[in-house]
Amino acid sequence: MLTIGLSHYLTVGAILFVLGIFGIFLNRKNIIVILMSIELILLSVNLNLVAFSSTLGDLTGQIFAMFILTVAAAEAAIGLAVVVIYFRNRGSIEVEDVSTLKG
Amino acid sequence: MNWTLALPEILLAVSGLVLLLAGVIPKRDTTFPITMGTLGALLVAAVLVMATPDGQAFGNQFVSDSFSRFAKVLILLGAASGLMLALDWNVRQGIARFEFPILVLFSTIGMLVMVSASDLITLYLGLELLSLSLYVIAAFDRDNARSAEAGLKYFVLGALASGLYLYGASLTYGFSGSTNFAAVASAVSTTEGISLGLIVGVTFVIAALAFKISAVPFHMWTPDVYEGAPTPVTAFFASAPKVAAVSLLVRVLADPFADLAEQWQGVIWLASLGSMLLGSFAAIRQQNIKRLMAYSSIGHIGYALMGLAVATDVGLRGVMLYMAIYLVMNAGVFAVLVSMRRQGKSLERVEDLAGLGRTDPGMAAAMTVFMFSMAGIPPLAGFFSKLYVFLAAVQEGFWVLATVGVLTSVVGAYYYLRIIKVMYFDNPAGALDQRPAAVSMVLAGAGLFNVLFFLFPAPIVAAAAAAVAALAG
Repeated sequence: MLTIGLSHYLTVGAILFVLGIFGIFLNRKNIIVILMSIELILLSVNLNLVAFSSTLGDLTGQIFAMFILTVAAAEAAIGLAVVVIYFRNRGSIEVEDVSTLKG
Repeated sequence: MNWTLALPEILLAVSGLVLLLAGVIPKRDTTFPITMGTLGALLVAAVLVMATPDGQAFGNQFVSDSFSRFAKVLILLGAASGLMLALDWNVRQGIARFEFPILVLFSTIGMLVMVSASDLITLYLGLELLSLSLYVIAAFDRDNARSAEAGLKYFVLGALASGLYLYGASLTYGFSGSTNFAAVASAVSTTEGISLGLIVGVTFVIAALAFKISAVPFHMWTPDVYEGAPTPVTAFFASAPKVAAVSLLVRVLADPFADLAEQWQGVIWLASLGSMLLGSFAAIRQQNIKRLMAYSSIGHIGYALMGLAVATDVGLRGVMLYMAIYLVMNAGVFAVLVSMRRQGKSLERVEDLAGLGRTDPGMAAAMTVFMFSMAGIPPLAGFFSKLYVFLAAVQEGFWVLATVGVLTSVVGAYYYLRIIKVMYFDNPAGALDQRPAAVSMVLAGAGLFNVLFFLFPAPIVAAAAAAVAALAG
């Protein structure tokens, strides 16, 4: 019988983290997808922290995870606000259009 | 619990909330009084910072020592000069809103918490308070597509950097068993080999902080954000947050991860080399002066990191000294950039400075001082900042870094001197608009500091040395 241990949680966390990173860099479509990828990264970290916290028998990791959840909400709010003003100016939120500044 | 150690932060947080309320209630525009109130709060906080004793508070999550005091005074100075530059610019640009000084105030609280952090959680909260405020002020000129794009790019890459930091912090927590710096340090210094998880953790933390200080290879957001953001916002980005993030990197590497020095020295060495090379070569072909300053700031971060790569007390002293002098030079250069306005329209091309030597000799002379100082020409302050990091690199035998540093300074001199040439030898493009008194004050203050630094380097060098000594102790 397979028991699920720390390494399994860490593997899932690492997979989610890498998916989030690739979601930001390989995504050519929509900025909303980037916001979703950022959330995915933060959640993978939370999974890591809670797994470590339970293995170590130490509450700090869970407290850290609560702080991350709170800050992630603020971050998503600000991110969406920035996307809204960007859309008002350009009328599009395609990633490929975000290229006025270069050189 | 010794909560009085956090009095400067508490004062700033309370005055931020009070000012927010005071700005909303009156029917008329309150930008000017709110900015003055914020400047007052920053001043009082600076006095409180200097009066704060050494010690730890909040269950060892918050530390006050001469290192944090040194960095905090610089941060408050940078924030105040950023506000002074923004005051008139925002009015003329039609974006004067009272939220601006308050956002700067909140980001300042974030920076103060960052440099005082002695726990990964405190560090994260300070870093996020800083970043969230900066995302908003990057996009502050909200009807301007370039400003909105700068805000968007900064948000995406900043959030990615936070994610990297958190992943590194989670691994550090898991493999050392604590988020507290002292506990992490004792976990790192065990004799029975360091776990791979900790090394991966510290690598992610370094990568995230390298994003914040825009060191190569995590610099790609810098030129776009610097160019797109409103000029006084760029001035602020290049000053206080840079000092805070570099101080934070120094504290994290020299305190909890001091015994991993062999592992991180190589990473910092590479970042320093890459930043110096990219900063000097990529700036050569820039026509937009804000973009040029972005590459220049990448280069300067490279020089500062040279001291961190050396990782001795002399090297770290060089880093702190470099950031102090860079802060003042940068405030001066951006005071000139903010005054670049003709018939009410703000300008940001190098050619727009043409003939400044004849139309405004005072400002041209100040800009010449700043450019020579940035290029590192004696006896200006910029020479000493480079001298102290090169000295440390040569003493410890980091010949490659020192040689590349000297060569890239020569390349850098080309584009700094080009600006002086444009000011003095090109045909005038017409007089600039009258500059406001606050900008002239920043200009004069930064100019005098740069010119007279060689007469009294001792107190500042001693303060930097005391700051670094607190870190090692």
